[in-house]
Amino acid sequence: MSELTEAPISEHSVVGTEVVLTVSDLRIVLDPSGIDIDDEVTLAIHQGEVLGLVGESASGKTTAATSLLAHQRRGAKIAEGKIIIDGTDVLVAAHADLRHIRGGLISYVPQDASASLNPALRIGTQLMEILEAHSFGASKAEREARLSEMMAEVLLPGDRTFLRRYPHQLSGGQQQRVAIAMALANRPKVIVFDEPTTALDVTTQAHVLTTIRALTRSYGVSALYVTHDLAVVANLADRIAVMYAGRLVEIGPKGELFAGAFHPYTRKLLAAIPDISGTHALRGIPGWAPRPGQRVTGCAFTPRCDMAQERCGIEYPPYDGSGPDHQVRCWRWEEVRAQPRANDVLLRERAEALCAEPEVIGVRDVLAYYQRKEALHGITASLCEHRCLALVGESGSGKTTLARCIAGLHPFKIEGAIELRGKPLERDARSRSVAERQAIQYIFQSPYSSLNPRKTIRQILAQPLHLFFSLSKSETEDRAIAVLEKVALDSSLMGRYPDQLSGGERQRIAIARALAAEPSVLICDEVTSWLDVSVQAAIIELLTKLQAEVGVSMLFVTHNLALVHSISQEVAVMNEGAIVEYGLVEEVLGDPKAEYTKKLLADTPTI
Amino acid sequence: MSSPEATPDLLAVITPAEHRPPQWLLTIKEAWGMGRTKAGVAIFVCIVALALLGPLLAPHSPTSFVAASFAGPSAKAWLGTDYIGHDVLSRVLWGGRTVISLALAATVIGLLLGVGLGMISGYARRWLDETVMRILDIVLAFPSIVLALLFVSIVGPKLWLIVLIVGISHAPRIARVTRAATVEIAQRDFIKAAEALGVTRRKILAFEILPNITSPLLVEFGLRLTYSIGIIAGMSFLGFGLQPPAADWGLMINENRIGISVQPWPVAVPVILIAILTIGTNLIADGMGRALIGIERDTGGK
Repeated sequence: MSELTEAPISEHSVVGTEVVLTVSDLRIVLDPSGIDIDDEVTLAIHQGEVLGLVGESASGKTTAATSLLAHQRRGAKIAEGKIIIDGTDVLVAAHADLRHIRGGLISYVPQDASASLNPALRIGTQLMEILEAHSFGASKAEREARLSEMMAEVLLPGDRTFLRRYPHQLSGGQQQRVAIAMALANRPKVIVFDEPTTALDVTTQAHVLTTIRALTRSYGVSALYVTHDLAVVANLADRIAVMYAGRLVEIGPKGELFAGAFHPYTRKLLAAIPDISGTHALRGIPGWAPRPGQRVTGCAFTPRCDMAQERCGIEYPPYDGSGPDHQVRCWRWEEVRAQPRANDVLLRERAEALCAEPEVIGVRDVLAYYQRKEALHGITASLCEHRCLALVGESGSGKTTLARCIAGLHPFKIEGAIELRGKPLERDARSRSVAERQAIQYIFQSPYSSLNPRKTIRQILAQPLHLFFSLSKSETEDRAIAVLEKVALDSSLMGRYPDQLSGGERQRIAIARALAAEPSVLICDEVTSWLDVSVQAAIIELLTKLQAEVGVSMLFVTHNLALVHSISQEVAVMNEGAIVEYGLVEEVLGDPKAEYTKKLLADTPTI
Repeated sequence: MSSPEATPDLLAVITPAEHRPPQWLLTIKEAWGMGRTKAGVAIFVCIVALALLGPLLAPHSPTSFVAASFAGPSAKAWLGTDYIGHDVLSRVLWGGRTVISLALAATVIGLLLGVGLGMISGYARRWLDETVMRILDIVLAFPSIVLALLFVSIVGPKLWLIVLIVGISHAPRIARVTRAATVEIAQRDFIKAAEALGVTRRKILAFEILPNITSPLLVEFGLRLTYSIGIIAGMSFLGFGLQPPAADWGLMINENRIGISVQPWPVAVPVILIAILTIGTNLIADGMGRALIGIERDTGGK
């Protein structure tokens, strides 16, 4: 990553006045049912401008973005609308012309670069293919010159040895930059970025974002940057378009949008984004975004909106706003605009000093092996009663390994001691006593994999109750309902199966299962990374509340430094199997001592 | 890191089913929607009915002599007689029971063995997995007919032995399918969740993993049944199954093959019935296999 030091960024935006791309009244439906995925999408991108297209899952953002290349995803059909790029009507173009348009006029950078590059071809060959397919330049020499130019543009070494590598020999960030180079090859007018950094670590993400920013600034390429994460586009985009349930609900200049959004959804979305400075508490949005076919007539946000009126559920509001630059689709946008930005105080308790109360979990000089390789190198940490300790690090830092060691789920050798209230624990959960297993409960990253699909919620919640308490059938039922209430779910869900619930609800069930055991320690392993931001915020809210009410200690494992402030009192920053910095959240994030923490802080996108 | 959140299936939300049928039943339901499965079931039911009810319909005893040997079809013996003058039709009607029941028994034995070994090996992994699977590889290296012949030549032509050997020879393949399905499920976090709670290994296998792998096992059962029919009939043909004068399709083919040019029926009818039966079971297995991997109805059209 050191090859990228300073990208040539001119501070001043070079957004021209010329409109490069216009989309009007785009409607994309499921074929053959005709259910709308996207409807009435209207937007324009100026030359050199980055437009951030933000939306939660199932909002139709990717479908809309890929349709700009006249691409129809399997089962989807562009039913209506016009897409004009640099004077060319893309949707009426002949098949032969489309080959020129895609890659020549507009190109696409996919989410997962490792899957989009051909693993059997050297990257030089793949890049050359793009130039040849579009007959770039007159001669091979000219194409080769362009190739090394491209590599320089995306800040990759352009030497022969590098070009002769295969995709698997590159890091994730390098792969993504090769994909960007491919998109850039024929100097298109517009590039569509489809969550290109979602699969990357923050540090790598920061580098890729810098590259993208530099490219648009220096070469006047316009970009549509699709993402679910507002914080990512906060520094990158000039304007931001917010999608909800297939419609554009708000589009406006970044500054205006962040300072005072016109749409209640945008407002709530902003409040749900974890902020690294920790000045506001996370507020989740109840419910989830409806999928195509589940949408109500009228404004689809109505069921989750606290400002909804009768009219909202009947009639979809037209585009309105303060001017052509800032458009919104809400009947009550003027009232929303007049509201001051919500600034909730932090929910979690603050701590004055490190781990003063009795220690619940003590980790002493723990070395853990993965197969025969040492994965944790002498970890010492402690978790006290009523505290939340955040374990932060990038992928491969050993944070999950440490969490699993504590939970007795690490299948390989461990040296050193892990203690529960001063008593050393066995390595394997099965060798531990019933009381020890009950005391430590683990919540997994993916709620899609942590619940048995063949069991009802009732059976799932009954499992820990049966194992740890001797209860009658009706007592078990009552207890299960009680824990469901604790996680703010209705007891009517008892007979459901996990696949009948949304991701957020499933994660609540996983939390409920852990709470049913009445543990003294909850280990939360990246519990929000599979969830939408609005749902993530709601889960964090819930965990914070539970920690205060139930009084459990919590170990919160996350890759997202921005979440730490919202939930924990203490933080341990991990890198390559060791703790590099350990202290109170305010101290570590406010005044980081370790180089690694500083770098991580600088790379974490923030609003 | 983050990946799109799926909202629940619309239909599932509207109709919350308190008692959801087990996985294998869903596969059967899905498979039933396909023409091939219906055809397979129709064939299977017909042949099984013929084999079960046949003895009631048979005009003669399978062991009584009704005419000269290798006599052609007549009013007395519709399909003629066999090499020593038994009525072919009666012997056909009597002779299906053994093939079908022995094949079913062998398949059940193979399934029990294979599922047990496959689940243990897929869940335990490491050395136990390696040991079990390598031993099964060795069993797999012997063709089941050769294996059966070997044991029959030592112990003698006993029906239970043939059933057992055929069952054992199925076990490795069933174990492989089971193991692959188990490994996939065992990696999911709900298994780790159960381990962290201290659920016993036996309970994890029986209540967490098994309900999630019944569909592939059902398909495998259908497939193995087809093979069992072929092998059992083959064993009888070779003379290691039922002994004369008992009526058995495989045996009939062997007994009467010398007279095939003068009186083809005692050979042709059992051959055709065995062929149709295996086609039937194969169609069912195929339908369920397609239901399992979600190939749309008949792949025709959209």
